[in-house]
Amino acid sequence: MKPALRTRARRAAVLLLAPFVLSACSQAGDGAAGETIELLNVSYDPTRELYEALNPRFAEHWKARTGKDVSIRMSHGGSGKQARAVIDGLSADVVTLALAYDIDAIAARTGGKLPVNWQARLPHNSTPYASTIVFLVRKGNPKAIADWNDLVKPGVAVITPNPKTSGGARWNFLAAWAYGKAHAGGRDAGAQEFVQRLYRNVPVLDSGARGATTTFVERGIGDVLLAWENEAYLARKELGEDRFDIVTPSLSILAEPPVAVVDGNARRHGTEEVARAYLDYLYSPEAQEIIAQNHYRPIDTNVAQRHADDFPTLNLVTVDGQFGGWKAAQERFFADGGVFDRIYAPGGR
Amino acid sequence: MDMTTSVVLDHHTRPARSDRVPPPRPRLRPRSILPGFRLTMGLTLLWLCLIVLIPLSTVFLASAGLGWARFAEAAFSARALAAYRISFGTSLIAASVNAVFGLLTAWVLVRYAFPGRRLVNALVDLPFALPTAVAGIALTAICASNGWLGRVTAPLGLPLAYNPAGITLALIFVGLPFIVRAVEPVLEDFDREVEEAALSLGAVPVQVFARVILPEILPALLTGFALAFARGLGEYGSVIFIAGNMPFTSEIAPLLIVTHLEQYDYAGAGAIATVMLMAAFAMLLVINLIQAWSRRRSVR
Repeated sequence: MKPALRTRARRAAVLLLAPFVLSACSQAGDGAAGETIELLNVSYDPTRELYEALNPRFAEHWKARTGKDVSIRMSHGGSGKQARAVIDGLSADVVTLALAYDIDAIAARTGGKLPVNWQARLPHNSTPYASTIVFLVRKGNPKAIADWNDLVKPGVAVITPNPKTSGGARWNFLAAWAYGKAHAGGRDAGAQEFVQRLYRNVPVLDSGARGATTTFVERGIGDVLLAWENEAYLARKELGEDRFDIVTPSLSILAEPPVAVVDGNARRHGTEEVARAYLDYLYSPEAQEIIAQNHYRPIDTNVAQRHADDFPTLNLVTVDGQFGGWKAAQERFFADGGVFDRIYAPGGR
Repeated sequence: MDMTTSVVLDHHTRPARSDRVPPPRPRLRPRSILPGFRLTMGLTLLWLCLIVLIPLSTVFLASAGLGWARFAEAAFSARALAAYRISFGTSLIAASVNAVFGLLTAWVLVRYAFPGRRLVNALVDLPFALPTAVAGIALTAICASNGWLGRVTAPLGLPLAYNPAGITLALIFVGLPFIVRAVEPVLEDFDREVEEAALSLGAVPVQVFARVILPEILPALLTGFALAFARGLGEYGSVIFIAGNMPFTSEIAPLLIVTHLEQYDYAGAGAIATVMLMAAFAMLLVINLIQAWSRRRSVR
């Protein structure tokens, strides 16, 4: 009995320790792999296709310049969730997120893994591509939706995710607010009443942008989906041009998804140089062309001119210009007890 | 259950044993069958600490710095109260529905031999294995007003998706195996002769069920109920797609926790999590007490 028990105990000990031993081995393996440098780009959901196209081209570019191989690993998810993962220790070399607020949070909460003024380090507020918020409607636009004021009419169902859980939804909210304010003679009260009426027409608050797209496209709920311009084009391409139309409103917001090197992590990995080169590359004419092809608005004027037909001109407000930056916007609109919460407070609706 | 069996065993064995061996001397502490009590108990406690207590304690720690006023503000706002109501309400309903239909399923699986029984048996476990988000998306596809079930019920004024009915449905789905797997072994062990004796003494089937079978399986049923209920409280993935997530009507408490996390408000998230944890623990404790009470009663 006793020897048998001892073997059993030993076996149990081996089983308990196995995960640690294995992880130690695999870490040793990482170091030994050597020549190929690895970069981890932590991004948000709608950039999946964009970086799939960009990464191999950057690897070629880097190989031609330095003779070294680089392989870029991607992680996609909700922007806020991704930022939290980096704060909690996911060792991203670069982050490419949906809004500056999320990278600000990383800067503020990781004890200086990147400087507070990170957004000043690269051109155009560290945003190599931009987008805006447009409307995806069902084919033929049966409810004749042309602009924001059509969304607050009775009988129009609007699909947009919850701004408290989705970065994209915050752009939607601010775009609606900007329109409401412009059409209420610049009064905040008028803007608030406008978004209140708009959210009264929202039957489902999904927790993320892709979830909202599914609700609109697959479940057939709603008459209009508020979406990133690039997502709207992608959805139309993937799901059938015969099923959906894109409506560009008269006024919207310049959505700027910023990028940054997480210096603390890159330094530890010895990848600072390649990480910086990776983000610089996003501003090159070659990358800008890929960016335009993936329905993000390029910031390179030449490339933008070439694709002028793909991106209708409209009046675009900016977060910095209209709302005093993300920190102020977040506190005023989306923090607990902020404007968005008040819309849903009892009696608010 | 264990106690019942041991009592029955004693009845059978005591007369035979007393013939040959002297009755065992009463001991202060009964000797355990498992050797190395201290070692095993120590390992158990260590393991529980590592896996359960330490992670859970961070929930309390997260909200510890808040101070009472801000804690109450986060944990007992009107919106949080509405979310608790929805979470606890739908979990209770789902666990109750599962108690009835899970018992029925277990009964059929144990008592009847039919072709495909093994298949049905395996199907019961599927909700355990499936990622809950997949279940949620699948259920939403069926229940949305253009899905094949929603298409029928929505015109009747019973929209299944995007309201508490949808949440309940998702929770019924994820909770079903708990009841079936809790009740099944007890039903299997159940002595058919007792049932037959009751019948031969003139009891009608309803009486046999209510007075002979039910008391026997009640503790197990309550265990399953408690597990299904607890699972419902914590469920996020399957609910989030079907709920509609409208504040005050279909927003569950776990979503509110995620909402706080999404704003980097760890303390606020911790406050709501603390309330959920305490309430769930209290309810599980009550269910455990009822269970112990019914077990004691069924032994008598």
